[in-house]
Amino acid sequence: MTDLPKSLADNPRLDRWLRFAGGQVHVTVGKVEIGQGISTALAQIAAEELDVSLDRLTWRAGDTELAPDEGSTSSSLSIEVGGAALRLVCAETRALFLAEAARLLNTAPAALEVENGVILHDGTPTGHDYWTLAPRVSLARDATGAVAPKPRAQHRLVGTSTPRRDLPEKLAGGGFIHDMTLPGMLHARVLRQPRPGATLAAVNEAGLAHHGARLVRSGDFAAILAPTEPALCEAVEAAAPRWDNCDAPTPDMAEAAWLATQPADVRTRGSDAPPPAGPTHEATYSRPYISHASLGPSCALAHEQGGMLEVFTHVQGVYPFRLNAAQTLQRDPESIIVRHAHGPGCYGHNGADDAALDAAIIATLVPGTPIRVLWSRADEFAFSPAGTAMQTTLRAVLDDDGLLIDLSATITSGVHVNRAPGRLLASRTLPNAQPLPPPTESSDAYPGAGTRNIVPYYDIPWRYTHHLVAGTPIRTSALRGLGAVENVFALESFLDELADRAGIDPVAYRLRLLSDPRARRLIERAAAISNWADRGPAGTGTGLGLGFARYKNKSGYACVVVQVEADTGIRLRRIWCAADSGLAINPDGVRAQLEGGIIQAASMALKEQLHIDATGTATKSWADYPILRFSEIPPIDIELMDEADEPPLGMGECTMGPTAAAIGNAAAHALGLRLRDMPLTRERILAVV
Amino acid sequence: MTALTVNGMKRESASPPTTKLLDVLRGEFGLTGSRFGCGEEQCGACLVLVDGAPVQSCGREIGTLGGRAVTTIEGLQDHPIIAALIAEQAGQCGYCLSGMAVAAAALLARTPAPTRAEIVAALDPQLCRCGAHPRILRAVERAANGMPR
Repeated sequence: MTDLPKSLADNPRLDRWLRFAGGQVHVTVGKVEIGQGISTALAQIAAEELDVSLDRLTWRAGDTELAPDEGSTSSSLSIEVGGAALRLVCAETRALFLAEAARLLNTAPAALEVENGVILHDGTPTGHDYWTLAPRVSLARDATGAVAPKPRAQHRLVGTSTPRRDLPEKLAGGGFIHDMTLPGMLHARVLRQPRPGATLAAVNEAGLAHHGARLVRSGDFAAILAPTEPALCEAVEAAAPRWDNCDAPTPDMAEAAWLATQPADVRTRGSDAPPPAGPTHEATYSRPYISHASLGPSCALAHEQGGMLEVFTHVQGVYPFRLNAAQTLQRDPESIIVRHAHGPGCYGHNGADDAALDAAIIATLVPGTPIRVLWSRADEFAFSPAGTAMQTTLRAVLDDDGLLIDLSATITSGVHVNRAPGRLLASRTLPNAQPLPPPTESSDAYPGAGTRNIVPYYDIPWRYTHHLVAGTPIRTSALRGLGAVENVFALESFLDELADRAGIDPVAYRLRLLSDPRARRLIERAAAISNWADRGPAGTGTGLGLGFARYKNKSGYACVVVQVEADTGIRLRRIWCAADSGLAINPDGVRAQLEGGIIQAASMALKEQLHIDATGTATKSWADYPILRFSEIPPIDIELMDEADEPPLGMGECTMGPTAAAIGNAAAHALGLRLRDMPLTRERILAVV
Repeated sequence: MTALTVNGMKRESASPPTTKLLDVLRGEFGLTGSRFGCGEEQCGACLVLVDGAPVQSCGREIGTLGGRAVTTIEGLQDHPIIAALIAEQAGQCGYCLSGMAVAAAALLARTPAPTRAEIVAALDPQLCRCGAHPRILRAVERAANGMPR
């Protein structure tokens, strides 16, 4: 038997994935649409293997009642693992139906084919189709993975730029969880505990009735309920909660350097041999705390009725959330149904889980009343988990030609994995709250989180020490690219510094250290499309810089080249990206993910930082947290490498680190000065000058 | 009671006059296409047209709109920008797109053949976090090519 992809090994029953009824194929999957287009790409895979048209597919994703448990939609694994599982399920199901049709027709399965669900023999309909045969073919059986999917040459849908299936509804005024209503629902908002451990001393409950609102409370968990959203907002203002026992963080805690002063869990991996003797080069790079800054704030609906709690949410994983909620609410997971609904762009562990837990807790406090929770923009900035600040120090040993022969890294980081039961916001405010469990992030497990991509893809011995700081001043968790954004920024900046020191062109320097032929072709292609050969000298005010990585050293490859103009500020002039996704299920979808990652990483590298004051996160609005705008985004040229005979690779995160690094390298080329701390702002430039 | 026109239809809002237009549209009229993004007139997700001019509906009180004509994304379904946004696949999560479409419609009404710089200037107040900007710009250009001149 083949090694099944994890999604299929965990959910082997075919009928957990597929059902044929009413002329439709009802597909249920665990990987959810979070703005990345996965529901379209997975539909292409299913329709391809089943030989049906896309409009024959009825899709349901992320539902603990109906859909398989595929964990979380994260880590660029939805195509690699979820898609691989669905491909095998559909190939095997098609084979089962063909076998049954062959038996009925007294012919060989190989003599039959499927056209849009209809079984053909020598091109002629046989009177059988998936739906007439469905009563005879039981899918209540485990997948074997033994049926080979279609070879690439037979693909009709896979490899085409099929339009996104979810966009029309979203352009017609609907499509989001924010648009859902439940009969008789009340609008609710939690009075957010301003700091961990703070205790609720007083609420102006008398001021609520005027707004038709009321308070529900359990320990330090307090929420306002109101009949309408505007009434709720006014009532929350009127509630004026007073909290005791708030610690008072200081602005310096917002800097990565502060982390390095903190107690940490320290682990080391890599080469046991000490670094060899030779010339050395050392540098330290950093990034600050970053906000997901989704355009819409977190939202959830919940309804407790007849012993069952139903929750609608835009979390990345409905099953992990159900476990989390069950533990916090101290009830059987089977008494909770969690259903995914589309939310605003999700780039990792944002506030969705917290909002869903808010709604779930409130619903259990007012059984029979459906509850809708929508966070304010200020709460979204202040309380959704941030991407952690990080600091990465690299130390190279060089040979006589200045080539890197040994790399040691020291990473200091808050946690990137922070969704364990008990760690969501509301959990710690309930009367039965358990002590905060320790973070579950491992320094060792490949591909790591804070350590992600610190292992160089170049052919050199390496070792790293990871200082994992649990006590960050603001709560942190996974944000697009995790540690790879900072680590690739550091590593690829460092390589340019080494190339400069050796007097070798940065592209040539990388190619001398890199053996993977796909990576070499990719970098050469990026250099070609960006006219790298005409790059010119440093310090002219115009710069060209490059960054390369293979995400997690096993997923999508990206090489980004950026042209900037720089003086007391950095302006993007042009961006090129060569990317290798293996077989692209949906090439335009891959391009969209690459473009989006490039723009988001550029925004982070140039502008973004969460600030801290005595109240906690000082950043409360878009005015405090500028992101890249239309006028700041240059033309972007994407080149997809032709590696379509290779398995498909996840592409959502692979451009993040390379883009940040390319901007840093381009700025260094333009200015003749190296900026090592993100964001690369005017203040940072002036500090170096 | 505030009487106004929404997407060509006479409507009356029973909300208090200080209620924000966005809350009336979403909560009272059930028109959910205008999105709540910040409530502070900073992101543009709630953009609508008031007598043809772009207005962030989260900041505009319903009581100021008596007799005015409001157009939301629901009222722009036949505008070329909708088909253009789909043709360019100009959305990732799609949450910003209502505002983008409204901003584009306002621009194209006053400047049917805008330059790239004019499009950028018109859309610059609108935030997108997924990085769909290049596609949105192309969609506005595509829509302009489909506009009556």
